[in-house]
Amino acid sequence: MTSSGLIASSVTRARKLSAEEINEIEHEITLYADKKAVGLEALKIVQKHQGWVSDESLLAISQYLDIPGSDLEGVATFFNLIFRRPVGKNVILLCNSVSCWIMGCDEIKDYIKEKLGIDFGETSDDGEFTFLPVPCLGDCDRAPSMMVGDNLHRNLTLDKIDEIIQQYRNQ
Amino acid sequence: MITKPLTKNIDMARGPLNISDYQAVDGYQSVQVIAKGLSPQDTLELVKASGLKGRGGAGFPTGLKWSFVPQGDNSPKQKYFVVNADEMEPGTFKDRLLMEGDPHLLIEGVIIGSYAIQASKAYIFLRGEYTVSERALEKAIDEAYEKGYLGSNILGTGFNLDVILHTSAGRYICGEETALLNALEGKRAIPRAKPPFPQVSGLWGKPTIVNNVETICNLPGILTYGVDWYHGLTKGKDHGTKLFGVSGKVNTPGCWELPLGTPIRELFENHAGGMRDGLELKGFLPGGGSTDFMLPEHLDLNLDYDEITKAGSRLATGTMIILDSGTCPVGMVGNLMKFFSQESCGFCTPCRDGLPWVDEIFNEFENGCGSEKDLEILHEHVDYLGPGRTFCALAPGATAPLGSGLKYFAEDFHRHIKDKRCPYKH
Repeated sequence: MTSSGLIASSVTRARKLSAEEINEIEHEITLYADKKAVGLEALKIVQKHQGWVSDESLLAISQYLDIPGSDLEGVATFFNLIFRRPVGKNVILLCNSVSCWIMGCDEIKDYIKEKLGIDFGETSDDGEFTFLPVPCLGDCDRAPSMMVGDNLHRNLTLDKIDEIIQQYRNQ
Repeated sequence: MITKPLTKNIDMARGPLNISDYQAVDGYQSVQVIAKGLSPQDTLELVKASGLKGRGGAGFPTGLKWSFVPQGDNSPKQKYFVVNADEMEPGTFKDRLLMEGDPHLLIEGVIIGSYAIQASKAYIFLRGEYTVSERALEKAIDEAYEKGYLGSNILGTGFNLDVILHTSAGRYICGEETALLNALEGKRAIPRAKPPFPQVSGLWGKPTIVNNVETICNLPGILTYGVDWYHGLTKGKDHGTKLFGVSGKVNTPGCWELPLGTPIRELFENHAGGMRDGLELKGFLPGGGSTDFMLPEHLDLNLDYDEITKAGSRLATGTMIILDSGTCPVGMVGNLMKFFSQESCGFCTPCRDGLPWVDEIFNEFENGCGSEKDLEILHEHVDYLGPGRTFCALAPGATAPLGSGLKYFAEDFHRHIKDKRCPYKH
């Protein structure tokens, strides 16, 4: 896997989509006027099951929905919540937009970076955490905020970060 | 008499009302009004008469927007109604409250909007990170189908409507309505050329209305309680109530539903509790990251679209971001520039190349390397990236805090150059 997110080799072959993935993709197809519209949904479905979107997965979706691989790659790399590289068990999305910045998200960032030994875009060696910035989470009255997986954590302090990290480590 | 139609059912500690409890407080009454014989044209006329303006940022009259959808035998049969629930404007946190707090209000509004333009399919374009909203809306949609408010032949009207919840996967540009349509079609979210406008040729080339969550949440009240009631809500020239938020170093940041025309000072002092001890108000962005700075002297203006525009800014999303005396204005504008630079879709050159350049200059200022020449370049970009220079409103939006920041906080920029460091860092 290259870090640029581009398919590294023409030797790469599509993997087989699971029955579950196909069921969910088929359901999405019924909701849109055009099968090709489901590309992003299919990427999300695969990511939900596999954790990320590998070259093999991308090619599989491309064939299944009859979308050129380059077009689907264009979509996959455009949307920041589609992961074209493996991520950790827990993805931390730290809001670094203006209200969170005023309320001290830089300090929170430095603390997480030091605590987990990873910067934005990196995954911890134990595979537990991936650390990413995210644009305004729409939680500005309770800034600073971040998400871990599907869960929102608000009014962050350094002590709270300790608790939250511990909570996910214990899971 | 209902004075807070948008938030009357919201109690975050309790959670959203289920459909039975929602019906018990006049919920879905507007659909009953339609079932009693209100025509789509009359629905549109009511919304026009209400004076409702879009709450997503641009403030365009909602009824007028709807009236551009071609109707009649020669118009395309399939029309679409799309909810813009891609809330990502920096400092904006109002649609989240509506969707998490009272999802049925949005669904009810979607039925009205879809009926008025005769759309048989509606998509809710929800940002992927709003997982709580997603679960609340899923449940509300299921309940609405069960009760016959969605699906075929709604309450015997002969009107059919399917509502589909689409969750996105990031990128601020999806909030631009034509980029949103491209994203819904499974493409990269790049804005489209206008004209044709989506009202005529939108989703898959069909007539499409895209409205913001809060705009749509205004609709049930207008049909249920009437236009006269709606006109009685305001304190100013624009009609209705609006969600107003305050974030930053105030005592009680939050989001409140207030009549349009409420003095800014009332929002800032009575609701947000004024500045924290030891801090002073230095300025504020009145409606999210794409609005011009305003100053303490503007606190006595009213939260009114025209009044804020006359003061050189925009009411836009109505969510204020407070700049306090201990926070560096250069750093704050720099943070916004980083956001806009990162969120540029990369399609048109001024935005793709201009914003990273601006961002880089702010990094120089932050690192004590800013020069007078840099300042000149920043001033030039206010024009180069301004309205009319770019394909969509993203970069012009960025020039709002940039231009006004350069004007109001010139001394702070000069101090960064003279001291060769950020004077706010100790």
